[in-house]
Amino acid sequence: MKPANPQSPVDLYFMDARSKLIDIAAFMDRVERDQATDDFRYQAFLKALKELENSDRATAVLRSLSDPTSELIPAATTKAACGAPPPADS
Amino acid sequence: MRYIEPHAHMVSRTTDDYVAMVTAGCKAVCEPAFWAGFDRSSSKGFYDYFRQLTEYEPARAAKFHLPHFSWLCINPKESEDIALANEVIDLIPQFLDKPNVLGIGEIGLNKNSRNEMTILERHVDLAATHKQLILVHTPHLEDKLKGTRLIVDLIKSDSRIDPSRVLIDHVEEHTVKYVMDAGMWGGITLYPESKATAPRAIDILETYGADRLWMNSACDWGVSVPLAVPYAAMEMRRRGYDDDIIDQVFYRSPVAFLRQSPNFQIDQTKP
Repeated sequence: MKPANPQSPVDLYFMDARSKLIDIAAFMDRVERDQATDDFRYQAFLKALKELENSDRATAVLRSLSDPTSELIPAATTKAACGAPPPADS
Repeated sequence: MRYIEPHAHMVSRTTDDYVAMVTAGCKAVCEPAFWAGFDRSSSKGFYDYFRQLTEYEPARAAKFHLPHFSWLCINPKESEDIALANEVIDLIPQFLDKPNVLGIGEIGLNKNSRNEMTILERHVDLAATHKQLILVHTPHLEDKLKGTRLIVDLIKSDSRIDPSRVLIDHVEEHTVKYVMDAGMWGGITLYPESKATAPRAIDILETYGADRLWMNSACDWGVSVPLAVPYAAMEMRRRGYDDDIIDQVFYRSPVAFLRQSPNFQIDQTKP
């Protein structure tokens, strides 16, 4: 599916992406200032950032932040998801 | 424009939202059964909820000239209590002949647990036995990839289920291909903080086509936007799409899936 009158994606989305990139930079500075870099979610975030160096980035980032296992868990002890797979011993 | 809102939890919304949706061109709203934000204490709470979805909410929507349809189930967030879930599933057949019921949904998995899978299997059997459409909720965030695979594999293994009568909702870039390859439909949910944004949703359509994909707001009691679907249409206009493709994506495609249920009746001659 393609538009009849395609617009430049850079024209449309550069400013939005620029803003989000600065937000990410500020988030990382904030976590470092607060010495929270050991949090498993932040470590997963750093790992996912490396996926930006290749193609098909959105898929790769989402996969990087996904539970890599394939088996059902014995029981759900919470309803919530936290955005990154928790350490195996948690 | 005209559009279908294929997934909205209107019992959580105000009449202002109905006014805004109809003003924006909404021609029908479809409401899956879901988690109330707290665990219900007994199956009687679900009996009342199913009456709300099949009697009271359609009447409330009708005051705004908006056809309202519903899906019935116990949400996977409450499937860990097997005894309660089985009681609730036993209640569902008596509601299936209500005129606004489209099928069984939104069923699925939440944390990918054994009990959730047991109850998902019962829901799929219920849909197969009663020849109902299926609407599937896929898990959140880190649980989505694994859960989507488990759900699609389970449904594919049941020869009674026609995959073209199954919609797997909340797909994202890392799960949509698995759903499309299985011959099922996919739903893209437009949320401000999780799931997909409008630009990402359009990227997915540009990659996989619009034949078996729809967009929805899944608006509920949480952070969500009841007008997310027409806002996404606006985003498509910014990218240069014409009215015909926008009508295909936001009206004709969802109608094509939903009218597989004989209960999905709307006047398509109205502009």
